[in-house]
Amino acid sequence: MDKELRIVGFLCNWCSYGGADTAGVGRFIQPTDLRIIRLPCSGRIDPLFVLKTLIGGADGVLVSGCHPRDCHYSEGNYYARRRLEVLKRFLPVIGIDQGRFEYTWVSASEGQRWQHVVTTFTNQIHALGPIQRIGKDAQARACAFGRTLEVDIPA
Amino acid sequence: MPVLEELKAQIARRLPELDMVIGWGHGYDCLHRTPVFIENAADIEKLVFDPLCVHNLSTYLTRYGSGKKIGVVVKGCDSRSVVELLQEKLINRDNIVVFGLPCEGVADLGKVKRALQEQNLDMGRVKSATVEGGKLILAVSGKEVALALNDVLADKCGRCRYHNAVIHDEFAGTPVEGQAQDAYEDLAAFENQTLEERMEFWRGQMERCVRCYACRNACPMCVCRDHCIAQSRDPNWVSQGDGLEEKFFFQMIHAMHLAGRCTECGECERACPVDIPLLLLKRKLGKEIQELFDYRAGTEPEVKPPLLAFKVEEDNINERGW
Repeated sequence: MDKELRIVGFLCNWCSYGGADTAGVGRFIQPTDLRIIRLPCSGRIDPLFVLKTLIGGADGVLVSGCHPRDCHYSEGNYYARRRLEVLKRFLPVIGIDQGRFEYTWVSASEGQRWQHVVTTFTNQIHALGPIQRIGKDAQARACAFGRTLEVDIPA
Repeated sequence: MPVLEELKAQIARRLPELDMVIGWGHGYDCLHRTPVFIENAADIEKLVFDPLCVHNLSTYLTRYGSGKKIGVVVKGCDSRSVVELLQEKLINRDNIVVFGLPCEGVADLGKVKRALQEQNLDMGRVKSATVEGGKLILAVSGKEVALALNDVLADKCGRCRYHNAVIHDEFAGTPVEGQAQDAYEDLAAFENQTLEERMEFWRGQMERCVRCYACRNACPMCVCRDHCIAQSRDPNWVSQGDGLEEKFFFQMIHAMHLAGRCTECGECERACPVDIPLLLLKRKLGKEIQELFDYRAGTEPEVKPPLLAFKVEEDNINERGW
């Protein structure tokens, strides 16, 4: 695979983090682009975490929690599901490809499924390539404007 | 009896039991209306109602301490905000008296300004403005200009389905007939562009944002006020930097916090001093919420907003699709 990209994974402490651990213990080969942030529950995920991550320069964001009906806090992932689905549908209007964000459910015993999820998602992000930064060009324009101001001021 | 006279009579009758009634009055010039806060019978004469009364006055309802009894004058779209506030238990129904009005649309002063500019006239020099027979008649620089009201109405009015207040204790005038269908054509046109074009569009728009927070302050659903996360240092969601990321991210906060709550009254866009089409972001969310949960904010007082609830088996979410 070509150069690594920056992918951030928000994982639920009870299921998906355990699932990722299981995958590691089972020595399943995985791509290494994903950085994991461990959270108490997928219900903890504010859609703004994902937007902030994408604006901050991540090329992809993966959210993974417990399967519906298996939440450690009974109903956290149900709320998460609604919010994350709304977020996913919101992304295209601001010019971010929907495929850069996915949410899924992986339980602690599903090492194999975790391997599949990470591989699929990483491939998906590599197919999309690096994200275009929102502010990069604007910054360049601002700098250029700043330079035009540095003209000789007659004494 | 004209709507305004009827409204004044209703307010006069209900005023003794209320601490205050919020309505519209004359602003700093003849084209602008301003909120008036009526505390005694003499103030009632300050009331005005015409297509220039654009403000959504329900934004003031959450600003007064509980226990105060407040009356508010609302058009169709404004009444949806009142319903949404009630649904979220941000206001108490017992403390609110709603004076509902029928509405055939409000003027977009941006459009008035552009229409005048086409004739080389300056909106700042308008001496008088009257609405007569579907026309906005302005006296500018010694000339009389008649603008067809349909040309200067706000975009939101063209697709309005709620001309009459959906919730009211008193209703002045006769209900307006007819319902436009909202096909989200503006959104479809925008989404015909590629992702790169959309991002470029927002870059251009957001670069103008001065983070004055007028959009937030005008929004009836933005109830955090001084606790807004955009101004919090801990956690520091948005820095004081003036980069495009910060500006755009602030608007994303605003949009995401209104997902499933925004009643599309357009106050954010009206209040924006640099004319950023902020409603587009909210309309996108509104459309998706409607598709996913069959819910339009502020129309059904008894229903719980969709993002405060869930279903074990969702009807329209295919979460295992990828």
